[in-house]
Amino acid sequence: MTAQPAQGEFRKQHLIDPEICIRCNTCEATCPVNAITHDANNYVVDVEKCNFCLDCIAPCPTGSIDNWRVIKEAYSLEEQLSWTELPKQEELGDAAIDTVQAVDDDVVRMLDGAHAGAGGKLVPPASASKPAVNLYRRDKMAVATVQGNFRITAPGTESDIHHIVLGFGEQVFPVLEGQSIGIVPPGTRSDGKPHDIRLYSIASARDGEKRNANNVSLTIKRVKDGIGSNYMCDLKVGEKVEVTGPFGATFLMPNDANANIVMICTGTGSAPFRAFTERRRRAMANAPGRMIMFFGARTPQELPYFGPLQKVPRTLLESHLVFSRIPGADKEYVQDRIRTESKTIAALLTDLNTHVYICGLKGMEAGVEEALADVCRKHGQDWAALKPTMRSSGRYHVETY
Amino acid sequence: MSGSSASAVLGAVDYSTKIPNNVNLVSDARVLKALEQWHPGYIDWWMTMGPEGFQASEVYLRTAVSIDPKGWAKFDYVKMPEYRWGILLAPQDENRLVNFGAHKGEKAWQDVPGEYRAMLRRLIVIQGDTEPASVEQQRFLGATAPSLYDMRNLFQVNVEEGRHLWAMVYLLHKYFGKDGREEADGLLQRRSGDADKPRMLGAFNEETPDWLSFFMFTYFTDRDGKMQLESLAQSGFDPLSRTCRFMLTEEAHHMFVGETGVGRTIERTCEAMKAAGIEDPYAIPRVRALGVIDLPTIQKKANLHYSLSLDLFGSEVSTNAANFYNAGLKGRFMETKIEDDHVLTSANYPVLKLVDGQIRSVDEPALTAINMRLRDDYSKDCQGGVNRWNTIIQKAGIKFELTLPSVAFNRHIGEFKDIHASPDGKLLTDEQWIKNRDSWLPSKADGDFIASLMKPSWEPGKYANWIAAPKVGIDHKAGDFEYVRVHGA
Repeated sequence: MTAQPAQGEFRKQHLIDPEICIRCNTCEATCPVNAITHDANNYVVDVEKCNFCLDCIAPCPTGSIDNWRVIKEAYSLEEQLSWTELPKQEELGDAAIDTVQAVDDDVVRMLDGAHAGAGGKLVPPASASKPAVNLYRRDKMAVATVQGNFRITAPGTESDIHHIVLGFGEQVFPVLEGQSIGIVPPGTRSDGKPHDIRLYSIASARDGEKRNANNVSLTIKRVKDGIGSNYMCDLKVGEKVEVTGPFGATFLMPNDANANIVMICTGTGSAPFRAFTERRRRAMANAPGRMIMFFGARTPQELPYFGPLQKVPRTLLESHLVFSRIPGADKEYVQDRIRTESKTIAALLTDLNTHVYICGLKGMEAGVEEALADVCRKHGQDWAALKPTMRSSGRYHVETY
Repeated sequence: MSGSSASAVLGAVDYSTKIPNNVNLVSDARVLKALEQWHPGYIDWWMTMGPEGFQASEVYLRTAVSIDPKGWAKFDYVKMPEYRWGILLAPQDENRLVNFGAHKGEKAWQDVPGEYRAMLRRLIVIQGDTEPASVEQQRFLGATAPSLYDMRNLFQVNVEEGRHLWAMVYLLHKYFGKDGREEADGLLQRRSGDADKPRMLGAFNEETPDWLSFFMFTYFTDRDGKMQLESLAQSGFDPLSRTCRFMLTEEAHHMFVGETGVGRTIERTCEAMKAAGIEDPYAIPRVRALGVIDLPTIQKKANLHYSLSLDLFGSEVSTNAANFYNAGLKGRFMETKIEDDHVLTSANYPVLKLVDGQIRSVDEPALTAINMRLRDDYSKDCQGGVNRWNTIIQKAGIKFELTLPSVAFNRHIGEFKDIHASPDGKLLTDEQWIKNRDSWLPSKADGDFIASLMKPSWEPGKYANWIAAPKVGIDHKAGDFEYVRVHGA
């Protein structure tokens, strides 16, 4: 889970929705720390025991397990056992903003799912800036103006990826590289309810796509029949867009100039890394820490930002662009290149300044992890031990969809 | 058992063989070959007896890709005949013991103890026989699905019942030689409701004529399955225990479909009654005119399915059950959480019996009352959902309460099979029973009315008029998600 250690007076509590739960006992049987218990009415979570490992989430057949509240004072087991429905999220005002990644259940779920690949409790990099979170929500949305929208993959290729710039005008919308914003497409679903929030990673640095312009850029791939992506990719300059966020408090870049940053991505997973790179270029172009990117696409024509990437100086960013569908060439995936570069990677992994980030489709996770494990094996290290160490020190981050 | 192989310990599933598994089949040529020979017959059975008319549709299904908590619920579109039915056992605990009966304290058995071979085979075959039976019972329901969401849930239940059949067949092939192979073939030959080759247990030969029956079946009858699996998960025969433990995680979904299906039906009825200003739940024609199922009819359906399911527990007092327990083969529900000696040779348990024309509680030796105890635990478990249903009715402000009928009502097996009793447990003459039967159990007219509502509703996000939309989607999908791409059908 996104779980933050208790900060200040707010924390997050895991709750089970008694209206949806069917008391099947799967969560209680699954929980490795015995945080879940029940009586004849309800299954409940002990806030003092739950360590947010999320093991109970996937096996739950109902979805009732996946509920979270930001709280000042925890709901006791007795209270939970007496419930017939979940209490609403208390209005905590802006005071709660910094304590968690997000407040709305659906956004929390999306972020939890995206970060699950890190495999445990998430910790931001030690030198990361403190993010603002949840400034705008469904009931209080920011309105952004489209300042630019253009395709960044070659015409005629299958993947239609857009670079979209949104300006916030006079509204305060502070972001950090690695955070996401939420977009709610206008109109309603066929069941009459408003559309779900779509999350998009910010592709620009904290001081704006254009410096001090109070704007952000996004990298969005048009998905066939996708309501959110088609809405975004079809936007015209000057149109207004409703925005929530910012969200995310762990997948952030280190401010430390000595930090090495290893970035592994495919497709639009490159968005946060464009932001990282731009931040370093602007703020500390001569940083001693290295930035290395492994970026996979089918062809150069389908790799977002292929042209601009060619112009980034190698002293700032070592980029490994790998392609899986070049006619006549062997297929190459990011994990293959990681193996090829095993010596470099192995050396970096032993360095306590190194931070690893993976971003892209869920499907890439397993392959990349296997490659990292192979690299470790080859160089006398143990990935199974290293990964949790890196994660708990804020140096291993996964955001996959 | 090859349980100590790396793959089984880590829970990873091997997809290199035709049959995905975490039991290292690849190194067990004999069993792999036997299962590969059984496989075409299974597919043939699925194509002829599985969901009728939707074999080419793409269904948003959950497939287990490993048995660890994060790996076993992978969602994607799958055509049902291409579902990866596999053999998945919960991880082996090297230190596990036999936890009850005469062998209590011995190391759990990794092979079948010779003296219990026949008993164990019988237990596995009975369990195995129920799995394909329910798929057969439900095979025509897709055509009248009240939504794509419900259709998807039906098919998920169906493919998982299919996987549970695989689980039992694996045990038969692996541990019971030639007899096991013959029994495994038999599981594909019997047919639900067939006059010549019926399924082994009564409730599994009944029809599932409509969706309310399906929900009641998954609530009441699949819950019997849950209780049976849970007590088999206690088994001293470790491979059976591990198989059943993993099956239980899947069975939970079936409970969910039943409880929320009935709940959503009730919710819609209450909503429609309120909108029409009807307060009297017994104003049946007026309620039915709204195109929803009146609460008294829902009660009748519950009466029917609960009583049929009680029959599945067998005789209240049973030497067979005592033998299974004493042998360490089948325990009680949550055996290891019960605080007693787990041997039961000197304990008693109260059993409801017919004594001098009265229903009375009589103390019987706890060993022979094992079935009764499991049935009591089952009834308690059933009551939980009935309470939730009543909460829905109360919230709507309607004065009506659903109840579970007496265990003496409408029984065909056990202590009360030769008498008639009302839902509140009063003994009746034949004449009284015949006169009142249709007010307690669904009549032909009730069935016809429900059948008249069973019209397909297949537009994403739309629900038939008689049922409410669910509170959350499967895999947190949006309300208008297309759970089944029917078009291929």
